[in-house]
Amino acid sequence: MANGFVHWGDKQALMLINQSHKAGESLTHALRSLTDVFGYIDERAITPLMQTFALSRAEILGVTSYYDDFRDTPPARHVIRLCQAEACQAVGGRELSTHLFAKTGLALGEAAKNGQVALEAVYCLGLCANGPAGQIDDKPAVHLDAAILDAKLAELDQ
Amino acid sequence: MNAQVFIPADTLAIALGADEIAAGFAAEAKARRQDIEIIRTGSRGLCWAEPLVEVNTPKGRVAYGNIAPGDVAGLFEAGILNGGTHKTCLGPVDDMPYLKTQLRFIFKNCGLYDPCDIDAYLSHGGFAGARAALAQKPENIVDEVEASGLRGRGGAGFPAAIKWRTVLGASAEQKYIVCNADEGDSGTFADRLIMEGDPFRLIEGMLIAGLAAGADKGVIYLRSEYPLARKVLEKAIAVAEQQNWLGADIQGSGKAFEISVFFGAGSYVCGEETALLESLEGKRGIVRSKPPIPALEGLNGQPTVINNVITLCAVPDILVKGGAWHAMLGVGRSTGTMTFQLAGDVKYGGLIEVPFGLSLSELIYGFGGGTRSGLAVKAVQVGGPLGAYLPPEQFDTPMDYEAFAAIGAGIGHGGIVVFNENTNMRALARYAFAFCAHESCGKCTPCRIGSMRGKELLAADHPDLELVHDLCEVMVEGSACAMGAMTPIPVQSAIAHFPDEFGTRTAQAAE
Repeated sequence: MANGFVHWGDKQALMLINQSHKAGESLTHALRSLTDVFGYIDERAITPLMQTFALSRAEILGVTSYYDDFRDTPPARHVIRLCQAEACQAVGGRELSTHLFAKTGLALGEAAKNGQVALEAVYCLGLCANGPAGQIDDKPAVHLDAAILDAKLAELDQ
Repeated sequence: MNAQVFIPADTLAIALGADEIAAGFAAEAKARRQDIEIIRTGSRGLCWAEPLVEVNTPKGRVAYGNIAPGDVAGLFEAGILNGGTHKTCLGPVDDMPYLKTQLRFIFKNCGLYDPCDIDAYLSHGGFAGARAALAQKPENIVDEVEASGLRGRGGAGFPAAIKWRTVLGASAEQKYIVCNADEGDSGTFADRLIMEGDPFRLIEGMLIAGLAAGADKGVIYLRSEYPLARKVLEKAIAVAEQQNWLGADIQGSGKAFEISVFFGAGSYVCGEETALLESLEGKRGIVRSKPPIPALEGLNGQPTVINNVITLCAVPDILVKGGAWHAMLGVGRSTGTMTFQLAGDVKYGGLIEVPFGLSLSELIYGFGGGTRSGLAVKAVQVGGPLGAYLPPEQFDTPMDYEAFAAIGAGIGHGGIVVFNENTNMRALARYAFAFCAHESCGKCTPCRIGSMRGKELLAADHPDLELVHDLCEVMVEGSACAMGAMTPIPVQSAIAHFPDEFGTRTAQAAE
């Protein structure tokens, strides 16, 4: 996949869950390794997680729903993340999300219907002296402006 | 000797094209049949000059700032390999005022060498603190840190030695050193810079903490917004293991210490130490009630030292130079240096390591040069999303814990975000509530509900400020942790210093 993640595979997922458990790691470690590989945690992982960690379904979902990174659906092919925190607000970060909304009709946290591009909010990437900052797929981006984002959108929407 | 070219490889430099620049240097040198050695380093923290390329010359290292990939051919024409003149040349890096006026010990080696080159670290005095610690009794290490007056750099400013001594005194099967690398405050990047630029320093600090507290396991809780820091740390840990600075018998001392990295999952409140522990244990990152304190019942119920990255990185020099040396730096009970970070609308943003006691205006105008936009400064926020908004009238406040507490503010992790005259302070106050509502772990009502109600109240055309202040009082007094208890600080400081922006009936009547 374009976003660097592999398609969900039950066998591989089970292997990752077992690896974490055998290493004496906790549930969040297992969820992290699934997310690192697949970009999300498929519903089909819940039962093996319950059995391996001796937890209820509610306990597992309680954890997955708590953290922003633990998605339950595959991520879009491309993700544009825009920093919404104070240091980027100070240099016009908010205006960029407004611009993208006007341009795409997508609010932060939404994905285009064709699954090509999603917009996400992020709260600080540690690039605060060079904002507005963001991340386009896995690449950090600084000194963002409307023209850069428009060009990126056009490129990613191929 | 081949000409050496140093090009940073931290997240910021990469965002600004450092990888392309490095490739450009390699290609240009090959085309010109010149032998060069390209060394990818950490960042010096001069964010305004990145990508900052340096070359080794007889005069020392000469810096070239704000290099773009397209500049490379021109730089070769100008004789960069011999320190030649070029419009981007900033002169010998050690003579740059921005660096020369700092007093760096935590960051002294950051940017000098390949972050995972352990020989370079050793040749710059690396692991001397750990060697000293290996030769001492645990009590003596703690005494030294106590004498240094070192306080936690994560935000709370709690004396590090008290935590260490408590864990040392506890008897348990397993003790832990947990490094809090969940640097979530907007306007802060010191942890990122040091983890990406000089990771062995953190490893050494954790090892010393382990020797002092009697812990043989360390965990770095790293936020997921820092993927490059994860790669660098994991590589550096592997190198340290190969070189026997981590493992079962460190340098033949019979002492053991190991470190693992846990990559977080996107939750600001996990920077709170007990929420962080819950998260490590596999649960929702919800704050615990204290007591019991983590030093007695921390990770997996075992005694645990939890320190911020910069706190731990300050430790190696304390062991080498002594606690008294560290205690002489700074003012009053704020000893040592603080790694301030200038961000937002500022001309020369970056990392500034100086002893406590400098004034805010020396940082904002002296180092920062005012705003990048050229507009007047309206306010700064010091110490992240839970820090106060301060107007220019307060810029002569010295940067130390006590002076800041006296004006109802805090230094936090040392982040300073500059806002220009066009800033809408009410929007920022409302954002403080909104951020708290988004990140609240939900355990206590004042934080969970209070933040939501505050966000609603400040959306009104004429917000009922009396109600806002009541709500803030409940949050301050009733919240379980700093998230709820400190969110009122940015809100109420914005109201106090910029009252006419809050559309109150009184302000309207006065118009």
